[in-house]
Amino acid sequence: MLRKRIAMQDVEAEARLFSQRALVAMLLVMLAFGVIIINMYHLQVESYQVYQTRSEGNRIKVVPLAPNRGLITDRNGILLAENRPVFSLELVPEQVEDMTATLAELASLISISEEQQQSFLKEVRQQRRFNSIALKEQLNDEEVAIIAVNQHRFPGVTVEARLSRHYPFGNLFTHALGYIGRINTNDLKRLEDNDQLANYAATRDIGKIGLERYYETELHGTMGYQEVEVNNRGRLIRVLRSVPAQSGKNIQLNLDVGLQLTAQQILLEKRGAIVAMDPRDGAVLAFYSNPSYDPNLFVHGISSSNYNELLNSPDRPLINRVTQGIYPPASTIKPHLALLGLETNTITPSTRIWDPGFFQLPGVEHRYRDWKRWGHGWVDVYSAIVESCDTFFYDMGVKLGIDRISDYMQKLGFGEKSGIDILEESNTNMPSRGWKRARHNQPWYHGDTVAVSIGQGYWTSSPMQLLTTTAVLLNDGLRPTPHMAKTLTNDAGSEQVSTALQPTVNVVNTRNWQVIRDAMLQTVNTPKGTAFNAFRNASYTSGGKTGTAQLVSIAQDAKYDANALDERLRDNAMYVGYAPAENPSIIIAVTVENIGGGGSTAAPIARQMLDYYFSAGVNNDE
Amino acid sequence: MNDSLVNSRHSNSRLAFFHIDTPLLLGLLALVGYGLLVLYSASGQSERMVEAQIIRLGVAFAVMIGMAQISPLTIRRWSLPLFIVGTLLLVAVLLFGHIGKGAQRWLDLGFMKFQPSEIMKLAVPMAIAWFISSHNLPPKKRHLTIGFLMCMIPTLLIAKQPDLGTSILIAGAGIFVLFLAGMSWKLIGLIAALISAFAPVLWLFGMHDYQRRRVLTFINPESDPLGSGYHIIQSKIAIGSGGVDGKGWMQGTQSQLEFLPERHTDFIFSVLSEEFGLIGVLILLAIYLFIIGRGLLIASRAQDNYAKLVAGSFTLTFFVYVFVNIGMVSGLLPVVGVPLPLVSYGGTSMVTMMAAFGIIMSVSTHKRSMAKT
Repeated sequence: MLRKRIAMQDVEAEARLFSQRALVAMLLVMLAFGVIIINMYHLQVESYQVYQTRSEGNRIKVVPLAPNRGLITDRNGILLAENRPVFSLELVPEQVEDMTATLAELASLISISEEQQQSFLKEVRQQRRFNSIALKEQLNDEEVAIIAVNQHRFPGVTVEARLSRHYPFGNLFTHALGYIGRINTNDLKRLEDNDQLANYAATRDIGKIGLERYYETELHGTMGYQEVEVNNRGRLIRVLRSVPAQSGKNIQLNLDVGLQLTAQQILLEKRGAIVAMDPRDGAVLAFYSNPSYDPNLFVHGISSSNYNELLNSPDRPLINRVTQGIYPPASTIKPHLALLGLETNTITPSTRIWDPGFFQLPGVEHRYRDWKRWGHGWVDVYSAIVESCDTFFYDMGVKLGIDRISDYMQKLGFGEKSGIDILEESNTNMPSRGWKRARHNQPWYHGDTVAVSIGQGYWTSSPMQLLTTTAVLLNDGLRPTPHMAKTLTNDAGSEQVSTALQPTVNVVNTRNWQVIRDAMLQTVNTPKGTAFNAFRNASYTSGGKTGTAQLVSIAQDAKYDANALDERLRDNAMYVGYAPAENPSIIIAVTVENIGGGGSTAAPIARQMLDYYFSAGVNNDE
Repeated sequence: MNDSLVNSRHSNSRLAFFHIDTPLLLGLLALVGYGLLVLYSASGQSERMVEAQIIRLGVAFAVMIGMAQISPLTIRRWSLPLFIVGTLLLVAVLLFGHIGKGAQRWLDLGFMKFQPSEIMKLAVPMAIAWFISSHNLPPKKRHLTIGFLMCMIPTLLIAKQPDLGTSILIAGAGIFVLFLAGMSWKLIGLIAALISAFAPVLWLFGMHDYQRRRVLTFINPESDPLGSGYHIIQSKIAIGSGGVDGKGWMQGTQSQLEFLPERHTDFIFSVLSEEFGLIGVLILLAIYLFIIGRGLLIASRAQDNYAKLVAGSFTLTFFVYVFVNIGMVSGLLPVVGVPLPLVSYGGTSMVTMMAAFGIIMSVSTHKRSMAKT
């Protein structure tokens, strides 16, 4: 009994103990659930916005859409830079059952190199399996057709079309248009600096040089995008929103295909530059540097052997001779100097000097020779320009002094960039005392002035600069800023590219303009004129000035013998001309390297160009 | 008086004939129904998976009903043999076990693969309850020590496989028996202190690299957002973006677009949170709380100590499943691979769990017969 009662009591006490413990356990469970609920409240209520945003970020990807690059045409609407579909053979690994067999069969249909296959297989390993990967790019029409016919045999194999830049005229417009190429790290940095990087998210190529680079922003257009829902592997589920890309602006140029072709045909194997523009507004009509090269080589990435060939060619085709060709301006600047002489009353229209065939500084034995060994006899400012008398200008130049020459010529535009709408423009030099001190740490000598007086010595200029500074003489002191682009057009409308005429020098006696223009007219139209033969029987009136730039100094009493000189040290031939004589609509500069006299070589080239210009009516449209 | 009230209610129930505890059954059915709804969405509307889960649930419920028919006395007699056989099998797994996912858990019997640790989820609390209940309560220190050893041997064997999740559950089940049996609070404090002292040792010598990485990831998941932290970050995004009322059934972007890993197994709670929001979470927690409450009530009302201890321990182990799973997917605990009970897709542990509920039901419905003995 007793033992049994104790046992009974134990059972009750034990049951109480257990119930107590079960109650504690239940409280702990509820406490734990409370912790869970607090945590859920924190996640789902307090931090809801944070996680909601991150969830959207997971699911929504923005896919950029590249805009179509603007087209470039000549002044008549002929395409100079277009976007062509190029076809590439692409495979989606996820859809290809037997990769090895498929590759083998494709290779039996069209030629696919071992290298292409290897790089393709490497891509396959690196990319996601549902991405399309290119096996062969730039298929020709025949290959596209072969694949199209056999397409049904190859699930997962497609021919994809992409737009690629193409320059149908090849090397004809290279130095003007430039070209586009793959965006590199320098381009990326530039885009970042200009806050343009985001706009290039889908773009592969960018203008590298020429107009393609200068008008990059306008040609590129504005990127579009698609907001798409993707899953965890990035596969597209559906498109949520789409904003189409805005194509770049189409650019119509002032350049004329006919003039360009004429320039190319004339220059052929010669090294040189031909540039022509409308002096009234700076519209560039022709812009050709020879030799040139095919810009299409650069679009898909030029091979290093091709590139080295261009880079190391002694003819230096990569140099844009119109704006980067730095030559002594030679006699082409005589009208400019004559204007200064007249303006400063250093000479008058009737001043005459005797030219014995050389010039001597007072008290110095050295003879500065005229190109005409026996001299021009009595010369005034007209005949000095018409016959390109050096002695007259030696004399006048020394009287003017370098300070006045340098100052005035800089005002006309020498030593400054022309401001044309490409960036490949080299610095030219209009020397001064200060410049020589800084550059060579030497004082300026009278002899330096003598050389400068005939556009030699330290004075350098580019064909483009000769054109703009000579246009100043035709425009009564207003300098046009050359521009190749004429209009920029997109869906929103069309916009004219026009540049203001820059005032240069204040001419005291406006009659002086006429003096030098008359002299330039006589250069072409009088039998003694250096360009008379070149323009004999032309159907239009024109004026101009020849120049023959000496690249080596000829020793005292020695005779210039072209045959005895290395080809690359022979004289450069130059000519700057304009037409018609009254109210000129075209001004042209011709520079031919190492070929001899301006009157005998450069002026006839200008004649051919002007002949074409007038017969084809290039600039008649306005 | 209390007993007669319970008994009379059960005798009135038609289900009582099959030894079914009606409230518990309703709670389980509600849970399973809710779980299937979530699973359909979490599996990416896979009818095949839902079907497989229904079949598995059918088997598990059959096992539960089967176990409910067996008297607690019989179960008590099985306790020690089951424990001994289970322990031997664990040793066998370590010696001949099949390696899957870097851990040795399976014993290949030729016709089926078998995970002995599942047996131990039942056998450990049963055996300890058998041992403790054969003496007076509260247990003496000597008995506690033996009970503790009975708990730690299989725990360590399983931890060695390595299966941290299961070993924690089994250790928990054993310790719950000792706790419910009335182990003194002083001793509980001592053990807690020992565990915290042991943790650094476990960290240095007892854990595999991947386990250590999980713990580090738990502490700062953003340190490796694409690697080991990815799971927990995506899970928290899913839960948090669900908000109060959720994105809607089958509308969860994290789960439907598969940003959420293991979405139909260990991380199914995140799917539920994303699609049904805080409201859906509270409903789930209410169902779990009801089942746990009912289990503890049944344990309290059981007539002998063995039944009390076993039923109580099973219920609390069930709670541990719930807490560890929700805790790990919501960033409160490291990821240890514990499923959300009766909701996560898949199988072995579900059968074990329902067998445990069968035993709880047996405890609940065999009282009268026990009282007579």
